[in-house]
Amino acid sequence: MAEAENIQAKQAPKVATGDRAILPEGAKTIPVYVMGKRYEVPETLTIMKAMEFAGFKFIRGAGCRGGICGACPTVYRKAGDYKLFFGLACQTVVEPNMYLAQIPFYPANRATYKLEELSGDPEVIYALYPELFRCVACNLCTKACPMDVDVLGYISALKQGNIAKAAEISFDCIQCGLCASRCMGELPQYHIGQLARRIYAKYIQPKAEHLQKRVDDINAQKYDEVLKNLLAMDKENLEKIYINEREREPDLTPPGEWVPQDTQYL
Amino acid sequence: MSYTPEMRELIKKVEATRPARVERARRNEHYPALNLKEREEVLNAYHPDCQKDGTRAVKVGSNKGDIFQDQVADLLESKALLRPDAVDLSTVDYEADVLIIGGGGAGTSAALMASDAGKSVIISTKLRHGDSNTIMAEGGIQAATQECDSPFYHYIDTIGGGHFTNQPDLVEAIAHDAPLSISWLENLGMMFNKTPEGRMVVRHFGGSSRKRLHSAGDMTGAEIMRVIRDEARSRQDSITVLEFTPAVELILDEDGKCAGAILFNMETREFYIAKAKAVILASGGFGRLHIKGFATTNHYGATMDGVVMAYRVGVGNKYLFSTQYHPTGVVYPEQNVGLLITEKVRGLGAHVLNIDGEQFCFPLEPRDVESAELICEAMDKGKGILTPTGRVGLWLDSPMIDDLHGEGTVKKELPAKFIQFARHGIDISKDPMLVYPTLHYQNGGVNVSASTETDVPGLFAAGEVIGGVHGENRLMGNSLQDIITFGRRAGVNAAEYIDGGVEIKKLTIDHVARFEKEIDEAGITDPVTAPIILPDYSTDEVISRRWAEK
Ligand SMILES: Cc1cc2nc3c(=O)[nH]c(=O)nc-3n(C[C@H](O)[C@H](O)[C@H](O)COP(=O)(O)OP(=O)(O)OC[C@H]3O[C@@H](n4cnc5c(N)ncnc54)[C@H](O)[C@@H]3O)c2cc1C
Ligand code: FES
Repeated sequence: MAEAENIQAKQAPKVATGDRAILPEGAKTIPVYVMGKRYEVPETLTIMKAMEFAGFKFIRGAGCRGGICGACPTVYRKAGDYKLFFGLACQTVVEPNMYLAQIPFYPANRATYKLEELSGDPEVIYALYPELFRCVACNLCTKACPMDVDVLGYISALKQGNIAKAAEISFDCIQCGLCASRCMGELPQYHIGQLARRIYAKYIQPKAEHLQKRVDDINAQKYDEVLKNLLAMDKENLEKIYINEREREPDLTPPGEWVPQDTQYL
Repeated sequence: MSYTPEMRELIKKVEATRPARVERARRNEHYPALNLKEREEVLNAYHPDCQKDGTRAVKVGSNKGDIFQDQVADLLESKALLRPDAVDLSTVDYEADVLIIGGGGAGTSAALMASDAGKSVIISTKLRHGDSNTIMAEGGIQAATQECDSPFYHYIDTIGGGHFTNQPDLVEAIAHDAPLSISWLENLGMMFNKTPEGRMVVRHFGGSSRKRLHSAGDMTGAEIMRVIRDEARSRQDSITVLEFTPAVELILDEDGKCAGAILFNMETREFYIAKAKAVILASGGFGRLHIKGFATTNHYGATMDGVVMAYRVGVGNKYLFSTQYHPTGVVYPEQNVGLLITEKVRGLGAHVLNIDGEQFCFPLEPRDVESAELICEAMDKGKGILTPTGRVGLWLDSPMIDDLHGEGTVKKELPAKFIQFARHGIDISKDPMLVYPTLHYQNGGVNVSASTETDVPGLFAAGEVIGGVHGENRLMGNSLQDIITFGRRAGVNAAEYIDGGVEIKKLTIDHVARFEKEIDEAGITDPVTAPIILPDYSTDEVISRRWAEK
């Protein structure tokens, strides 16, 4: 894909555009070890941008580049320290003498199910993921989580049958798989958490009644006429409504309470 | 890296004006919003899209003569990745009823609906399933589900926000379908923010008359993507996902119907022929083109591939000259540059402030207006704050959210942002954030009807890749709605189209040669090759040493 480079090279001025890093004059570089091999990179960059600075081009191991997709889990050590550290390559800043390895994929068992055939009973989860009880509560999962999710916390909540609590605790999970890579009991925590959240939302969290009512109205074609009129309206009249006839719901009234003066289109 | 002492000094000015500003906000007193004429003036003067340099007319294809940003024009006038004579169309490697290009929110919704209709589906996607712009969306998704709201107001807000340039049938479609989409997601087990009684918690956003933004923490897109992806994974009997295997060219049959695509295995560099009775383009946007050098919020694979492929089979586009700059991208710390600060922060009441700690705009103008006002304040009035690396920004006063709604609100409502900044030593419930506009959304895209059909039979399109829903300006929360509304419609309509009886004739990619001939005849001597697939961030230094590639 040399051409892709050409586009970029042709148009990118010599400043830090987009995600391409530059080394400002006089800036310091630091050594990092990518899978054991030394590269000099500017300080303050993320691991991801530092590796790109060094000349790597990612196929795997980069997704959102914003800390939310879980494509870039990274394990590293620092020289002279026995400890293993875990992080997201797109969110962790390089430090001198880091030894880096990416784990873009880690195999984990995922059960197949039809959500509509399940229920809010924790037994459902136990049946799909019996390995849940292989958890020895070592907490390595939590230590590995780059999102600071209390992984052991939600696994324990599930063992106690508390799906709501597990759903709540696991909510920030980005499914990078680092927890599973560390698990002695070989649990696929993030898949179990996903199931718990879907069960919670479908079977335990109360349904939105106002939503169901709106859906019924739409299906009964209540708004078809109103929308058809809007569709046929010229800009002038639309503008008139936009400017003069839009009462703004007050900021601080709780949803469901405020009633506008004009109710003909509701 | 926490704020430097110099920046800390400036933050004091923000703190000094805060109590009075919070008082006014409590009384529901706002910095006055601009009227339509003032909006237009500030847009024309300061919005990057309205500036003439760095643009040109394209010389070929359906949009011949239209003006685009240079980077976009380059891709519309590009040559194919594959030499047509190197392609063997006689062996079909993958076959399904429906081929979906792009495994983001639109593509996955389409897959589920086509599968519901009993169709076999292949999703070709560039990275992993779900590595997309969808997963990054934080703020929320629009739908008129509350009693004080209705599809009428959703329509009016949307078309007004788009400066009345939206394609009306598309606006009608989303105003109509939005509550259905939310209900669909609720049924699939999506964890919306709800009150203990089950009422959806909704809020305002820039350009809204009613609170219409539904969310799931500040990970709304991630929650949507997780849920629909999980559902797709449970349907392996009907949905096959090919990861790291993007489409690079559409295939037609000799009658001119769309009949599949050429796929590319990025890891082995092999190409495959995928044949289908209907194709749905759902490949998302173009943030990674870094138009005019702006940083972007988009995921790694947002390189406009879908628009390029569609252009070569004769499907044109609209509003592609229009890019949305999100008013509040991160400027500091350096590691977070370009990342988005959701509009929800302003929806919750945070003010935007200049170096003196003073307000200079209504914080909830439509996004393009807001962006232009920030650029004006920093560049023209010189009231921006400079970072140690020479980037310029303005303050977004997040701590006042806690003052308005109670201690702990910032942490509770914006957990992901809170962690992201805490990692770098900044507590956004105590200190403001530094922000500046960043390249966020491809407003335009391929031409479709409200039933997601393009001009080529059998080719459907949905999501950020299409144009017209938002006109020249998108309101927050409408694109997540757009991908579910049109993703679902695309799945349903593709299935219906197939049920109408589709017989695929001999496969062809003659359109590629025809298009390249047109480029040649237009005198374009050095066309770039596209789709780009992934951006390249190698430094000039490294590129100059890749001697074998010159
Ligand atoms: C940071 C951020 C925050 C946002 N916040 C909001 C918000 O709060 N509310 C809102 O409504 N909208 C928001 N948006 C916009 C919204 O998320 C996107 O417009 C929308 O999700 C796009 O969905 P999509 O399915 O069309 O594209 P995507 O979700 O981007 O999916 C497209 C998929 O296609 C793949 N692909 C690309 N090219 C090819 C190819 N050649 N072959 C195969 N696959 C390909 C991509 O890799 C990707 O997986 C936000 C966007 C971003 C980036
Ligand atoms: S690339 Fe998505 S989390 Fe790092």
